[in-house]
Order: sequence, then structure tokens, then C-alpha cells
Amino acid sequence: MTDWDTVVGLEVHCELRTRTKLFCGCRNAFGDEPNTNICPVCLGLPGSLPVLNEQAVELAMRIGTALHAEIRPSIFHRKNYFYPDMPKDYQISQYDEPINVGGWLDLPDASRVGIVRAHIEEDTGKTTHQGASGRIHSAEYALVDYNRAGVPLVEIVSAPDIRSASQARAYVTELRGVLVATGASDGRMEEGSLRVDANVSVRRAGDEHYGTRCEIKNLNSLRSLVRAIEYEADRQVALVETGGRVVQETRHWDEGAGRTVPLRSKEEAFDYRYFPEPDLVPLDPDAEWQQRAAGAIGLLPAARRARLVELVTSGEHGAPTSQQQDQVEAVVNQGLDDLVVDAVDAGAPAALALVRAANELAADLEHATVLDPSAFARLVVMETTGAVTATQAKAILAELLSAGGGDPAEVARARGFEALADDSLVAVVAETVEANRAEWDRYLAGDDKLAGFFTGQIMKATRGKADGKRVAEELRRLRNGEPEA
Amino acid sequence: MTGVRDLAASVRAGERSAVSVLDGALSAIADRDTEVRAFLFVCEAEARAAAEALDDAVRAGSDPGPLAGVPVALKDNLCTRGIPTTCGSRILAGWHPPYDATVVARLRGAGAVVVGKTNLDEFAMGSSTENSSTGPTRHPQDLSRVPGGSSGGSAAAVAAGFVPLGLGSDTGGSVRQPAALCGVVGMKPTYGLVSRYGLIAFASSLDQIGPLARTVEDAAVLLEVIAGHDECDSTSIDRPAPMLVRSLDRGVDGVRVGVCAELVDGTAPDVAARVEQAAEALEKAGAEVASVSVPEVRFGLSAYYLIAPAEASSNLARYDGVRYGLRVPGHDVAAMNVATRTAGFGPEVKRRIMLGTYALSAGYYDAYYGKAQRVRTLMIQAFARAYERFDVLLGATAPTTAFALGERVDDPMAMYMSDVCTIPSNLTGDPAISVPFGTGRDGLPVGVQVLAPALEEELLFRVAAAVEAAAPAGDRTSAAGAVR
Repeated sequence: MTDWDTVVGLEVHCELRTRTKLFCGCRNAFGDEPNTNICPVCLGLPGSLPVLNEQAVELAMRIGTALHAEIRPSIFHRKNYFYPDMPKDYQISQYDEPINVGGWLDLPDASRVGIVRAHIEEDTGKTTHQGASGRIHSAEYALVDYNRAGVPLVEIVSAPDIRSASQARAYVTELRGVLVATGASDGRMEEGSLRVDANVSVRRAGDEHYGTRCEIKNLNSLRSLVRAIEYEADRQVALVETGGRVVQETRHWDEGAGRTVPLRSKEEAFDYRYFPEPDLVPLDPDAEWQQRAAGAIGLLPAARRARLVELVTSGEHGAPTSQQQDQVEAVVNQGLDDLVVDAVDAGAPAALALVRAANELAADLEHATVLDPSAFARLVVMETTGAVTATQAKAILAELLSAGGGDPAEVARARGFEALADDSLVAVVAETVEANRAEWDRYLAGDDKLAGFFTGQIMKATRGKADGKRVAEELRRLRNGEPEA
Repeated sequence: MTGVRDLAASVRAGERSAVSVLDGALSAIADRDTEVRAFLFVCEAEARAAAEALDDAVRAGSDPGPLAGVPVALKDNLCTRGIPTTCGSRILAGWHPPYDATVVARLRGAGAVVVGKTNLDEFAMGSSTENSSTGPTRHPQDLSRVPGGSSGGSAAAVAAGFVPLGLGSDTGGSVRQPAALCGVVGMKPTYGLVSRYGLIAFASSLDQIGPLARTVEDAAVLLEVIAGHDECDSTSIDRPAPMLVRSLDRGVDGVRVGVCAELVDGTAPDVAARVEQAAEALEKAGAEVASVSVPEVRFGLSAYYLIAPAEASSNLARYDGVRYGLRVPGHDVAAMNVATRTAGFGPEVKRRIMLGTYALSAGYYDAYYGKAQRVRTLMIQAFARAYERFDVLLGATAPTTAFALGERVDDPMAMYMSDVCTIPSNLTGDPAISVPFGTGRDGLPVGVQVLAPALEEELLFRVAAAVEAAAPAGDRTSAAGAVR
């Protein structure tokens, strides 16, 4: 059996977070009452004309700069095809002279994916097919919401440099971080802020030529992206291995059925009849504007990761553990790294702040993103100094998250959380050992499993107020016959 | 004959009411428009309300503006809030725009009273106003003839004396050619001088809104009101409206006038003779007149009939039956689109959509659209060279006087030739004006065309005023004879 390579190129459509739409003054907002943010221009009414939104250009340049693209003089084209949710029956899009050309994106695993272009275009309206099954073919009618029509998009086209579904996932994750850092996107895939099409082909390992590709549409989540690429690659391999041939076509990812289905073949593809949009003038941002755009880019994910790694490893540790590396990636992807940095600034140890962020904060992202950083910082400090135990700290954090902040010390008091004073702990441990002599002897004889038994007994006796770490230390001290610390 | 400046002045001074001026226009329309059929829709109620408001304003001591009380006819491809706007097409029947075109807003702001919407070739595609879904407009002087087109309704409304001012749109000569045939002044401004916002697009890179008027001065007054930067139109030139009226009487002493051979040769002998006569008159008035050849003019028609249909095929895609206008049901969306467009568009519009769709198709773009754009560049360069030696160019506006209704409807090429002299200015984006200058052998008006470089409107109007002053006596006033 031959080995097969999967080759993937991604087209990521990013809705820009501008105040207004690309060519008119209507509000650019998700989730408003349908057809409330509309005007003659975005409805494509006869006689209306587009006027380019400068903020959209600025955000597009930030994206280009962050992706190491060259910012070039550009023009807009009309992409002509009929579709009911496209008001003018053409889409204004950049074509062969886009604003951003070339570039690359480095992924956390040090692989590099080339960027072909990142161009500006307008979004279409949103069609909802109404009918018993909710599927297009059996729909009785369709409703169109034009609030999305004319929302600015930047389409980022990667080179076919991606070699697996998991790398595709890493690419989109990293790109999302970049887009959020530039201020161009809110990164909300579930709201359609980021939409991905995947071009997938397979080839025998070592083959230099690309196979025939299929374009997969309707990838609304990272999960869909991974599943669709894996399915499609398997489908193509199976096809070729059984003597078939992949035909170039556009396929639709059916999330429910877990498979891709043909949408239209190359022969059925639209002839978009591109030509330069005569209602707009060429775009040629001057150097000063380009610099202004570049200067407005926030800290990119790679820099954010480096910042956390440096914090975690400053001190005696050296390199971060692989677990810490995963935590750093997760915390940065979830936008929680600023909380960690703030906590460290306020005196919390980086490693513990990272753990709490990667576990407890990540588990409640909705609240974590609005959490008062100083409350988090104070809590981590309390845990570090032993004022509260790990178990207690987690409970306090949960309360802080649901309240959006607050004073962790006060929460601890209100709940009666106080880590056991050290001399009381020593006493409780001694009492527990006394009360369970037989087990203690077995422990001394080398049955390490009994450490858990004693910890449980001590926790029960202190009603959870004992610090697990101190309990372990105390048990070890007694076993080794060391003097009291 | 009262000019619009004097008319507005009398309304501003309270000597004459806007309502009485409007009544005059409405009664003239009622008298004769059943036979001329210049108007598709007369908005009497809105016009009366506007006129009454103007009179109230004057009585209250405020000044309604330079066009106070002046009735204006609008080509029906200009969007008017709440007033039907159809482009002469079944596909837009019943559509009431929710907004005013920029030019309409500026007219209202200057005190003009919009009387109604005038007939046109469907979507401005034609040269005779016969391609209207509601039937042709007739030449006011000879009802068996066409008024020209596509702004034939506005030209006829001014020529018949219904209103002193009209607006048209000029994509390949659609203001100037009907002006010439009807014996009125018609002008196409520099591309970008007048906002296109609210002008229903035919060919976006060629369309310009232009004035139709009885005199050069009236046209200048109207252009001053509608010109100037508009942030709603990205192709609008960012500079203030030109001041035209103040220099109209400065004469043409020393102005270098080139009589363009390609804009005279091939026109009817009686038309060519009038151009010669106008050239002589300008020379007599102090201009330096010489002949010039711009051979690239000959490619204009071919380039135009690729570029204009290509843009039109895209501009007219939106009439799909989904959101407004006509909808003919179908078993699915695509079938509904096809049924709607099949029923909604007339044959000339369909012809141009197909032509344009073909010209933009994959594999044909370079040979057709791309090549036409290169020809356009050559044309711009050729005129730029001519303007190194001449300040303005002179030629005919149309090859013939008004032709008979039905004469060219079955021969698209003959119809397209009607615009051969006007198309170059649309391709170059330069301004041009048609001034009535006597009549042809049939006694119908002839227009002489003056062309100038981009943004030289002031000079263009000055030369036009000199041509007008030299026009053979009697002929011009006979064209506009019904004026009160």
C-alpha cells in the first residue's frame, strides 16, 4: 500500500469589525433584527453607488502587515453571478490587483504556511431556507436578511502548504489570533465572523505534482474543518486506489452526515465575468497611512506566547514543560494571557497563574474575558502564600467569574475558607497518624498508596481546609523522621 | 422669451408666484402632451405643494434659491423619492424610490419645481425614444418624427415649451443628440462634474447627467446648480461647481477653434453646411478657426458598443424580480429570474445585455472588452493631442435632422450611427454641448456641437454662447416657439 500526502490550501473569509459597512453608512453589527441595517446602497437599489470605507482599508492593511504581505495599489472588480441574497447580482471584490500580496504565517509548531493574497470584498445577505426539514431542497420559501449585505470581508488565501487536517486547524487557530490582534476581527467562528473554504487534494508520498483538488464549502467550525478534510482526503485516496479519478468540483460539507457531497462541477462553475468596478476609483494608500495601520497592530499570538514562556521560565526552571507549552498555547488562543501577565505583575507566580488560566478560566471563557484582572491576581497570590488551598482557590475563582470580579479575600471569609494554620495542621496530621497506627506502619514499610488514605483522612478532619501540598510535606517529614520545619 | 434667471428673479421678488408659473407649465402639458407624450408621469400634487411652499417662503422673506419656482422635467432614470421611476421599462413598473438623486435634491434645494418624469429609451438605450415600454415621444414640431434619444422626453418637453429646463443623461450622446434634433441646448459635463448618485446606471464609466434648456445661459444656470462634488459618488470630482454664467458674454476673441473633420464628414450636407456656417461665425467673432483631424474618432462607435453593453449587462443584473419591480413567478428562483427578465426587458435592452455578457465572458474579455478599453485610451490621447493646438473643437451633434418614427427601429446599426458624433466625448470623459444652429432642408433644427477638454466648462459655454448668438435668426425661436 502506498502512502498518501494530503495537500490543503485554505481560503479564510474574515468579517471586518468596522463601525459601518464596506460601501455605505449602515451599521455593521451581528444579531440585529433582520433588515434593519439597510439603505439604498447595500440593498443595491437602482441609482445607488458605493463609497469605500476607509476603516475597512485600514484593517485590511493591518492584516496584510501582520501576515508579512506586500501592500500594493489595488482596484476593485465586479464578480457577476445571480443569487437572491446578493442585492446587485454582482459582488464587489478585489480580483487580480488585490491590496495584500504574498506573505506567510508561522505556526506554533514552527511550520510556515505561505499566504498568496488577502483581498477586500463585500459580504452577501444571509438566506434562511424555511420548510419542514430546514434543508435547501425541501424548503418551501426562503427569507433573506440584508443586514449582512455589504459587510466588509478580507479573504485570506493560503498557499497549498498545509499537509494535514490538524495543521489546517492550527493554521486557522493561529490566523484567528492574528486577526483578533490586528483588531480586524472578533474571531467568532460561531457567528460567521470567520468562514473557511478548504481546497483539498491528495498525492502519493514523494510526488511533486499536486493532485486534482476539490473545494469544500460550509466549514463553520474547527471541528467541521478537521472532519471535512479528513473525510475528503480519505474519499479521494479511496477513489484513486480503486482506479477512479478525482474530478475538480465544489463540494458541500454535510455536518450531520459527516461527509462531503458534490455542489457543482468545474463545467457548471460560474463564469463570473470579472471587470473593473467603474463606480470606484483605484486605491493607493500612501506610506504614512500604511505606517499608521502597521502601528495599530496589537501583540500577535507568537509574541504573546513568547511573553508567557518567558514569565514561566524566568527563575530557576529553564525550559517550559510540554504541558506548560500546551497551556501557553491554549491561554493565548483563548485570549486569557493578559490576565496571566497582569497577575504576575501583581505578584502572582507565573506557573500557577498559567495553570489557573488554562484550567479554571478556560472552562468559563464567557465570564473569564470580563473578569477583573486584579481580582484574579490577588486570588493567585492568596493561593501561593497558602492563605487558601487549591480547592478553595478554585471555588473562589468560580464565584469571582460568575460575579465578574470582587475581592477574593472577602469571598474566602464569607465562605469560611481559611487555610489551616500550619501548627494546627501539624497537630491534625499527628492525630491522624496516631489514630491509624496499622496503616501508618504499612506506609512506613513502603506502601506508598497509603499516602492518599492519610491525605483523605486529614482533609476530612479539617473539612478541606488543609493545603494538600503542606499535608504531603508533613507526611513525608514524619515518615523520614525529619525535624519540624 | 424669459430666461430662467429672470423667471426665478420674479418669483424671488414676489412679483410672480411659483404656483402661477407651475399652472402655466401644467396647462401647456395638458394642452399638448397627449400628442407629444414627453411625460411618463406628471407629479402635479407634489409640484403644487412644492410651489406653494416656495411662495410661502418668499412671503416669509426667505430666498428659495437661484431656480426659485422654475419648473423642471426629469428624465425617468433619475430617482425621485416617492415618485415613480421606471427607466421606461416594464421591469421597474410600480417602483417608487425611497430616495432622491443628488441632482434632484440640489434642484429642490435651489427652488426648482419638479413637474414630472419624462420618457426615454428603456434604460437610456436608444437614440429615438422609441424603445420605451410605454411608446414613443414625438417631435414637437413634426409629430411624425422622433425627438431623438434617449433623453427625448426631456428634450421634447423643453422644445414644446412645457418647461424651461430639463435633465437628461448622456452615455453616448443621449442629451446632446435629442437636443440637436429638437432645437434646444443640450450639454454633457465632464465625467465626474455632476454626481451620478441616483441616476439609474446604464454604463457607469460613460454616464453623465446633463442639462437641457432653451438657451445656453439657461443650461449654464442649471449646470451651476447640479454640478459640484458629492461624497455619495466616488467618481465625483472633488472641486466646487464651476461659475459659468458670469463669463458667457466674454466672447471668443483669440479662442482657437478646431473644426473636427471626423465630426463633419459623413453627416448630411445640410448639417455639414450649418457647422461650416457656425465656424465662419466664430471666426468673424474673433476666434482662430482651422481644420483638424482626429482619426481615432472612427473607432469610437465600435469601442462604445463593447464597453457600454458590458457595463450594462452587469448594471442591469439586479432586476431579478427578487426585491422590487416586476416579478413573474417560476418554479424556482432561477426560473423566476428568467421569466421576470424575459417579460420585463424590451428587445434593445436584451440585445445589449447579451452583447455585454458575451464581451465579458471568459476567453473573450481581452479580445473585446479589454481591446475596447485600449481604444478608449487611444481616443483620450488623440483628443489630448488635438487640444494642444486647439482650445475647443467644433462639429455636428447628429448626422441628420430628426428622422421619421419607425425609420430606424428595425436597423440597429443605422440607429447606432445616430450617436457617431457624440460618443467620443463620453469615451474621453470630456464635456461637449449641442447648440441649435438653424435648420436643415426639411426645416427641422440642426445642432452644432462644441467640445472642450475636461473641466473646461467655462470656455465651452462661452463658445456655445457665441455660436448661439450667431445662429440664423428665426430658426431657433421657431423650435422653441411655444414658449410663453
